[in-house]
Amino acid sequence: MAEALGVVAESLAGDRARAARTVLDQVVLPGEELLLPEQEDAEGPGGAGERPLRLNAGTRSRGRVVCGPGLRRCGDRLLVTKCGRLRHKEPGGSSGGGVYWVDSQQKRYVPVKGDHVIGIVTAKSGDIFKVDVGGSEPASLSYLAFEGATKRNRPNVQVGDLIYGQFVVANKDMEPEMVCIDSCGRASGMGVIGQDGLLFKVTLGLIRKLLAPDCEILQEVGKLYPLEIVFGMNGRIWVKAKTIQQTLILANILEACEHMTADQRKQIFSRLAES
Amino acid sequence: MEGAMQADAKIRSESGTESGPRGPACSLRHFACEQNLLSRPDGSASFLQGDTSVLAGVYGPAEVKVSKEIFNKATLEVILRPKIGLPGVAEKSRERLIRNTCEAVVLGTLHPRTSITVVLQVISDAGSLLACCLNAACMALVDAGVPMRALFCGVTCALNSDGTLVLDPTAKQEKEARAILTFALDSVERKLLMSTTKGLYSDAELQQCLAAAQAASQHVFRFYRESLQRRYSKS
Repeated sequence: MAEALGVVAESLAGDRARAARTVLDQVVLPGEELLLPEQEDAEGPGGAGERPLRLNAGTRSRGRVVCGPGLRRCGDRLLVTKCGRLRHKEPGGSSGGGVYWVDSQQKRYVPVKGDHVIGIVTAKSGDIFKVDVGGSEPASLSYLAFEGATKRNRPNVQVGDLIYGQFVVANKDMEPEMVCIDSCGRASGMGVIGQDGLLFKVTLGLIRKLLAPDCEILQEVGKLYPLEIVFGMNGRIWVKAKTIQQTLILANILEACEHMTADQRKQIFSRLAES
Repeated sequence: MEGAMQADAKIRSESGTESGPRGPACSLRHFACEQNLLSRPDGSASFLQGDTSVLAGVYGPAEVKVSKEIFNKATLEVILRPKIGLPGVAEKSRERLIRNTCEAVVLGTLHPRTSITVVLQVISDAGSLLACCLNAACMALVDAGVPMRALFCGVTCALNSDGTLVLDPTAKQEKEARAILTFALDSVERKLLMSTTKGLYSDAELQQCLAAAQAASQHVFRFYRESLQRRYSKS
């Protein structure tokens, strides 16, 4: 029996931590540990915990590495907590190290500070509105957080209205709070979303794809019909065109974009442009 | 569902001569897994082991009732529905085992005062049901994007009266066995997360079954990896 255990122990050498650089753009699974570039040299024959003393200050110049969504710091390594592709962005300016994150496909939104989202007003209680943003609890929105709102001049917001705003407080311990003004007090597009139109839900990954700077889908959609469109980072899109039929067509195209290849999309757009 | 990936794996592993005088021919049944097949839950997966099939859906992190909320971590709930009839005591006990396994692996502290619900529906039961439920729950949690510190899998062992060991037994093999042991193992170091046993066995046999289960779990994790890689390679 002892032999069996011995053999099994050898074959279960386990996944030793790999360098983050070698796994870029590959699928990583929860539980994997990644080494940051500074630590690769230290994984010598001495094993974990033994780091050769450096007489020159070479490693310090690397700077801080930012740990993005899907990764957590575990000792001096990165632990992968979500399944997806590992991505890296080089630092633009002086802050060294860059950002590592995992691109995962998800439907459920978790509030993050600074995100612009579309919410639905569910209740008015005293001085605040309760807004459903698709997270685990409704966000609170003060009536003074609109452009030009004062105690006497209240904003015209009813239960069931759509609100486009951003989070000022969003962490795991507190109730999320959102506002419809930016730091200068201007609305800059935020506030109550107008009448009509259609609100529908897509996955978070599709929203990020559509909001990427060089997205062709949006340009093609814009050429089809004149439309108004609002993207919320919580997976909600509001779209409005001249007629209901056009609105529905646009909604169906955007929902289907996730699973279509570029060629299929171009076919559908050309067919629609003809009719 | 367009996002569904099917990955099939037929795995046969032999412990060979090194496992002692009773060398079992360990073989796991045919696996298949499909993800993102339900539109309402945040994550869903269907896991097939031979003829045993379980469908899992995960909702979370979502709102939780004030009576059930925990101030510093997520409340994990597991609901297991049998194929026919109302859920009974056996389902309740399996739910608790699956919940304990999931709680050990899910990073609940990242989402305090929320609830993560795993709903499992038995589609067909042809042996090693609990292991299949564990595998389906793991795949569904990964599909939902719930943060986890490791993956986990379930492996069932049956011990016959003559001492031979059968991994992933069918319903017939389970009925004839002297003891049935189910283990849940994690993916980082193949450590034991949960074990439940039924029947008569000795201490040495327990260790032998555990070792065989750990070897078999490698195949299951390799299957998980292939299945997830295939899913992400499409996008």
